[in-house]
Amino acid sequence: MDVSSPRFKEKAVIALANPTLRQALGQSRKGFVNKRAELVAALPEFEALRDQARDVKNHVLENLDHYLERFDSAVTAAGGHVHWARDAEEARNIILGICERVQARTITKGKSMVSEEVNLNAALEERGYTVVETDLGEYIIQLAKEPPSHIIAPAIHKTKEQVSDLFEAAHGGPRKTTVADLVTEARLVLRDKYFKADVGITGGNYLVAETGSSIIVTNEGNGDLTQTLAKVHIVTSGIERIVPTLEDVSLFLRILARSATGQETETYTTLSTGPRRPGDVDGPEEFHVVLVDNGRSKMLGGKFQDMLRCIRCGACMNHCPVYGAVGGHAYGWVYPGPMGSVLTPLFVGLDATYDLPNACTLNGRCQSVCPVRIPLPELLRELRHQQHQRGISPPVQRRALGVWRFVAERPGLYQFANRLAARALKSLGGREGRLRHLPFAGGWTALRDLPAPEGKTFLELWQARKT
Amino acid sequence: MPESRSTILQQIRAALGRGPLSDAAAAALDARRPTHTRIAFDEDPVGRFVTRFESRSGTVARVSSFDAIPAAVDAYREAHGLPPHAAVARPLAGLPWPAGFTHHPGPSGVDEQMSVTPCLAGIAEIGSLILASGPDSPTTLNFVPDHHLIVLPAGRIVRHFEDAWALLRALPGGLPRATNIISGPSRTGDVELTIQLGAHGPRSVHVLLVADGSAAAA
Repeated sequence: MDVSSPRFKEKAVIALANPTLRQALGQSRKGFVNKRAELVAALPEFEALRDQARDVKNHVLENLDHYLERFDSAVTAAGGHVHWARDAEEARNIILGICERVQARTITKGKSMVSEEVNLNAALEERGYTVVETDLGEYIIQLAKEPPSHIIAPAIHKTKEQVSDLFEAAHGGPRKTTVADLVTEARLVLRDKYFKADVGITGGNYLVAETGSSIIVTNEGNGDLTQTLAKVHIVTSGIERIVPTLEDVSLFLRILARSATGQETETYTTLSTGPRRPGDVDGPEEFHVVLVDNGRSKMLGGKFQDMLRCIRCGACMNHCPVYGAVGGHAYGWVYPGPMGSVLTPLFVGLDATYDLPNACTLNGRCQSVCPVRIPLPELLRELRHQQHQRGISPPVQRRALGVWRFVAERPGLYQFANRLAARALKSLGGREGRLRHLPFAGGWTALRDLPAPEGKTFLELWQARKT
Repeated sequence: MPESRSTILQQIRAALGRGPLSDAAAAALDARRPTHTRIAFDEDPVGRFVTRFESRSGTVARVSSFDAIPAAVDAYREAHGLPPHAAVARPLAGLPWPAGFTHHPGPSGVDEQMSVTPCLAGIAEIGSLILASGPDSPTTLNFVPDHHLIVLPAGRIVRHFEDAWALLRALPGGLPRATNIISGPSRTGDVELTIQLGAHGPRSVHVLLVADGSAAAA
């Protein structure tokens, strides 16, 4: 997928002026945020579970090589195949190679953010394969030829009317106008595709080192039909998605759905362990897992290692005021919201993604809901720091910071400047005590007044009290 | 590709600032069996299972014995206007099915409307069923038909996920090819977050809860 993150500001402005998008995003905030809050309030164990989930993830990362090797052996013992991909191109080539060998024509896909990350669909379609996304949200955006705007609700930016338009254009009439009729239409269209599919590709929420199982967690059952009915099942997953044992799986199942969709559990959790066995009458003949590094191992051991704990629940973006205002597309790559603002610069480079860490108010809501306690605001601040160190931030801002530093390092000068500013702003504020316009801060005063200071600095008031 | 495997493992070890783990350290990791916090509840597990399962639009009918299953299936079938035909998993084929009711052991074809399957256990914690694939429980029966009927003896309801893992590990072949944890009918919220049942999997999941003390046919 192309990176359009350099156009964040421009796309955010367009998004803010789009009433349809505002309508669609408004729905989501009520749904996910409130349902999660209700469930968490009803679960006294939730905070302890978050601590344990963070600790298990840290334990896995410290021993990632070991658990990956164990997972590889366990998959092989179950009759499956593990493929290791250093980068996106290698991941694509592995999957293209399998599809070519089995002479595939139709490929069904369950939801997989890693496949978006490695830009798989375009590569498959270029080779002439028919690729069908089966998750309803993914199917909708495939018809719209758009990338997902949310990691668990990819079509959250679409209204029902827009979905009706897309379905009418793709399936022919009569136009369906209720959610029930739209879902039924997609169900009927996709049913035949599952049975026709030669290869079914899914993501993997968890890879269990102990058993060699890959796990998907879904509500629709599309992932299960995809992986059960195709002749070949391919799992794409990041190398960090390993969990050691089934006991650890229970821990993550207790926090994932509650954090993601505000459900006690999703409808389906499926562990896939190898291909069809002797006596089985269904299930895939081949089982492949593609373990994708694509920059993850470079995040280990450094300042961003905490980000590798991410379980892709989407809670951070559900609670982010910036995401809630501009939606996912403005972020310009695969992963939006707070987690995306950390991952995108790390995956595609700091240069093309300047705005992402800066489009954060550091309000901390994301960190307060993250089930694995990733310190997202700290990581975003660290990215800003690195942007400054590497000279990526704008020259005006760098010069301004230089001036501020010069003054701040000289307490006498700093206090003098403060006293001057407090008095100047007070007199500018006039009788109302409010500023309608302020040089260099037009963005602030365009939408609201700035309350003027009282005329004395804190230090002055403090000293007056002491004497 | 083998060189990719070794490159990735090397990069991981370099980032962690160490070489491969010693045999002793690896063995200690393999022996790790963590005890995480479980969700506490006071209710009787059967009651909790039913309440949680029904909270997600699953339905439950209590039957007195295995022999009473065919009548319960027939009642469900008539109530939903379904033809006298179903995919019935092998362990349930020997039940006294009524004359005129035809069944086959799977797999399920695209037009299948109803299936009747056993399950490995019920999990009271969240009110879910756990099904282990195999010749006696083909996976297509769990996802293709519109109506999925699951036979659950009350004695097979365990408290937590961890108890279900113990049952899975004790299966003769170890973990089955597919382990399906099913918590209700298929649903989607992908259009304006409006919950709609019957997205791709069964529109209805109906549990036949067999009273305790009944001899298991399975």
